[in-house]
Amino acid sequence: MAVPRVELEHATVRFGHRTLWSDLDLSVADGEFVAVLGPNGTGKTTLLKVLLGLVPLSEGVVRVNGKVPSRGNADLGYIPQQQAFDRYLPIRGRDLVRFGIDGHHWGIRLHSRAIRRQVDAALEAVGAAGYADAPVGLLSGGEQQRLRIAQALLSDPKVLLCDEPLLALDLASQRAVTRLIDHRRREAGTPVLFVTHEINPVLPYVDRILYLVRGRWAIGTPAEILTSERLSDLYGIEVDVVRVRDRYLVVSAEDEMPTEPGAHAHHDHAH
Amino acid sequence: MGIGYYLQFPFAQHSLEAAFLVAVSCGLIGPFVITRTMAFAVHGASELAFTGAVAGLLVADNPVAGALVGALVVAGLIGLLGQRASERDSTIGVILAAGLGLGVFLLGYYHGYASEALNILFGNIFGVSTSQIILLGIIAVAVALALTVIWRPLLFASVDPDVARARGVRTGVLGIVFLFVLAITVTLAAQVVGTLLVLSLAITPAASAQRLSVNPVVVTVLSIVMAVVAADGGILLSFQFASVKPSVLIVAISFGFYLLARVLGPVLTVARQRRADAPELAELTHG
Repeated sequence: MAVPRVELEHATVRFGHRTLWSDLDLSVADGEFVAVLGPNGTGKTTLLKVLLGLVPLSEGVVRVNGKVPSRGNADLGYIPQQQAFDRYLPIRGRDLVRFGIDGHHWGIRLHSRAIRRQVDAALEAVGAAGYADAPVGLLSGGEQQRLRIAQALLSDPKVLLCDEPLLALDLASQRAVTRLIDHRRREAGTPVLFVTHEINPVLPYVDRILYLVRGRWAIGTPAEILTSERLSDLYGIEVDVVRVRDRYLVVSAEDEMPTEPGAHAHHDHAH
Repeated sequence: MGIGYYLQFPFAQHSLEAAFLVAVSCGLIGPFVITRTMAFAVHGASELAFTGAVAGLLVADNPVAGALVGALVVAGLIGLLGQRASERDSTIGVILAAGLGLGVFLLGYYHGYASEALNILFGNIFGVSTSQIILLGIIAVAVALALTVIWRPLLFASVDPDVARARGVRTGVLGIVFLFVLAITVTLAAQVVGTLLVLSLAITPAASAQRLSVNPVVVTVLSIVMAVVAADGGILLSFQFASVKPSVLIVAISFGFYLLARVLGPVLTVARQRRADAPELAELTHG
């Protein structure tokens, strides 16, 4: 087997006395789609930061593409959640995308045909050419996220790290954005680490789920992880996993279940 | 006695040169100030130039050097105490109040001609000496060079900090560097329009430019042009209308540009949106 693109062995992150997660083992190969699930504050984003070289491990070993993580690693493409840009921010769609090529370089470069062509091709590939020159502050969340994908793919990443990229998107945009990410995975074999609190929109693409809950974790296929037994064990309370057609709903009879709105049926259907 | 008459005097030429240097620096830094929502930092740093100037007068009889050193101290304090954006405004308010109090206290010990210190509050563009022009020129070049070097990562960090960090940009360090550049620029501008009116060169032209274009390069160029026209235009007009202070005319031109941009901006935006023909643009109007 080829070298895993992402490797964690006995990985532990501690902030002061608080252990975020410990003894985590994970190995992600080419073409894999791994969803990272769990309630808020369990260190899903921190996991991405470890891979990005922004947070050091307290214990254990981490390798990205065979190397120790370092700041500004071009092997990684990063897609964040959508954000609210100011209406009059003087940044066009193409400017945001171009950051993916040379945003981190020193100095200025005003005109470059090669860069313009690269940006145009990236915009075209995600279907964003139509609003390339529109101010980002006027774009919808779905449009903005297409630009994010174009931006992340410009450095030809070996691994894609996605941090809640579907948050606050409508269903059609969620589908479009997920398909674009999946497209890259199938075309280039780029593995995807997809942090989310809502598994259903990505379920058709997911190979494995890493489920983090208050320092504990479980990893396996959706069928292995999304069971009442497995999640009850992980949460330490009685949890029911209900399958409704092709959607999973996680339900708890107890109120203190550490979930967020929208993620689980508990909040949607209580009362 | 009109513009032509005054232009033969060195003081008039110096004032135009000084205003040009200051306006270029301010126009250059303005778009970043707005993107990073640091208008209050500009105001704070410029008012504290007064305290620095008084201290400079007391210690070394040199208000400009004092103001520059003061600017560095202020930038360091804001950077140190106001790391998070959420606490920056209150931190600047606290430093501003304490610093102004210190300035008034120091002024009590200064027995010279106090107008030298008060000049920095309202600007004294006609009192610029040749050596001050040289100093202004060196600092303006240094500011332009520093901004050119950090341009791309600073823009990245200002617009899109999370992704910038993921790409390895040291957003925190850049923020501090920018604060120092800003404080120095603002102190420079205070020599011309006075600390009270610095915003008219460091904010207004950039705010006007943002209404006219979304291209970051065009916005910066427009911002510099409007700052220069306002600064030098205000001085030239003051030769014609000798009863009005040049800083007042600079502010008036700058504000005039802003009003014009607010009127023209929507017209340009509509034209821009019509030119694009993507179906998605139908959604833009709801943004």
